[in-house]
Amino acid sequence: MKLTLKIWRQKNPKAKGNFETYKMDDVSPKMAFLEMLDSLNKKLVEEDKDPVAFDHDCREGICGSCGMYINGHPHGPVPAITTCHLSMRYFKEGDTIWVEPWRAKPFPVIKDLIVDRNAFDKIQIAGGFISINAGAAPEANSILVQKNKSDDAFDAAICIACGACVAACKNASAMLFVSAKISQFALLPQGRVEAVDRARAMVEKMDEVGFGNCSNTGACEAECPKEIKLVNIARLFREYYKAY
Amino acid sequence: MNKVLFSSITKKLVMALAGLFLLTFLPVHLIINLMLLKSEPEPFNKAAHFMATFPLIKIMEVVLISAILIHISWGLLLQIQNWLARPIGYVSANKSETSFFSRFMIWTGATVLIFLVLHFFNFFFIKLGFVPGNPEDFYSAAHYLFKIPAYNYIYLTCFTLLGFHLYHAFYSAFQTLGLNHRIWSPIVKVIALIYAVLLPAGFAFISVSLWLLR
Ligand code: SF4
Ligand code: FES
Repeated sequence: MKLTLKIWRQKNPKAKGNFETYKMDDVSPKMAFLEMLDSLNKKLVEEDKDPVAFDHDCREGICGSCGMYINGHPHGPVPAITTCHLSMRYFKEGDTIWVEPWRAKPFPVIKDLIVDRNAFDKIQIAGGFISINAGAAPEANSILVQKNKSDDAFDAAICIACGACVAACKNASAMLFVSAKISQFALLPQGRVEAVDRARAMVEKMDEVGFGNCSNTGACEAECPKEIKLVNIARLFREYYKAY
Repeated sequence: MNKVLFSSITKKLVMALAGLFLLTFLPVHLIINLMLLKSEPEPFNKAAHFMATFPLIKIMEVVLISAILIHISWGLLLQIQNWLARPIGYVSANKSETSFFSRFMIWTGATVLIFLVLHFFNFFFIKLGFVPGNPEDFYSAAHYLFKIPAYNYIYLTCFTLLGFHLYHAFYSAFQTLGLNHRIWSPIVKVIALIYAVLLPAGFAFISVSLWLLR
């Protein structure tokens, strides 16, 4: 396949940055998107140019680091996958692909496509944990949990903190992420103990680091690679109201 | 305390509650307006007089005006913060699948606001005595206005956009209150659609009949 890439290049956080155009002549539809970028980088290195910086680690959809905004979609046009799972077969001969970093004030660009997602860590540190060492897993029947609740908690817990929800949201709101991190505890008896403090602290931190306000557009749900649902946001609201 | 009162969630809640109040007011307004269709002015003028003088309604009027002002100012505040949260935008247009009308709330809201200003000059400010006119005969005033084609164009455009605004507003308010349910939420969406179509259609029906049929 022949493709044209328009990739955001930015030397450092302070640099202005601009789009560079790269022509790719022999992209195999069997390649993963990141492999395609690897092959571009190989070429750039051979030409003694600076390779495109992009974040990646597991390349199997669990670390959440490979976020990039591809043709108007976080993680590309295919629903429910991360960029590392995106295959080139979803693109056509002659396509132009725009690749941009996440855009949000709390996610400043470090270099090219890599953004600093430390704002998420700050929210987590504010309350996204249980503050005692709970030891090993307890005997299964000692704390009974309703099956549907544990399922919902698990569905929330699979959020990989990739930031696609923020990237997709027209308001750069982090509500889906925070709602997942709150829900994974709120639904379980172990998490209830600190539910009030958690809701207060995490929402306060979310506002403090400068994310936008949710206006229920649902873009986050549509783009989340882990299919975290809007019901979690409604639960976050309830948890927050209950906390006051 | 300020952090709580002005947290993103509280602001959203305030928006939703003020909006919900406005959602209940609109049908009342529509019912009164329907009396404009009668050939004699008394029923409408009597209703308007009642609305202007009955003490309980006068209290509600204060609540209504506050709700409007709060809804507008909080909406603006939220929107400005949201714009600031993304100082550098994307080059490729956002293609995420969202509820369509949710993307333009600030603009549909702004159009409704422009209409509201016009509306206040034509009626509400006359009642308050800010603008000259006869507060006891809004029937003739309305009939006069609806004979002007330009007024109808503005009216119909604004009510169409109001419908867009109301559709997202209606079910969004429930989500903000924390009410999202597997069975009920889809039903709320259907009711939102019916409300957002019927209500502006009602107002539009009155304007068009006074314009073209009388
Ligand atoms: S909610 Fe979804 S999109 Fe947002 S950070 Fe978690 S996994 Fe990523
Ligand atoms: S590289 Fe880990 S999720 Fe994509």
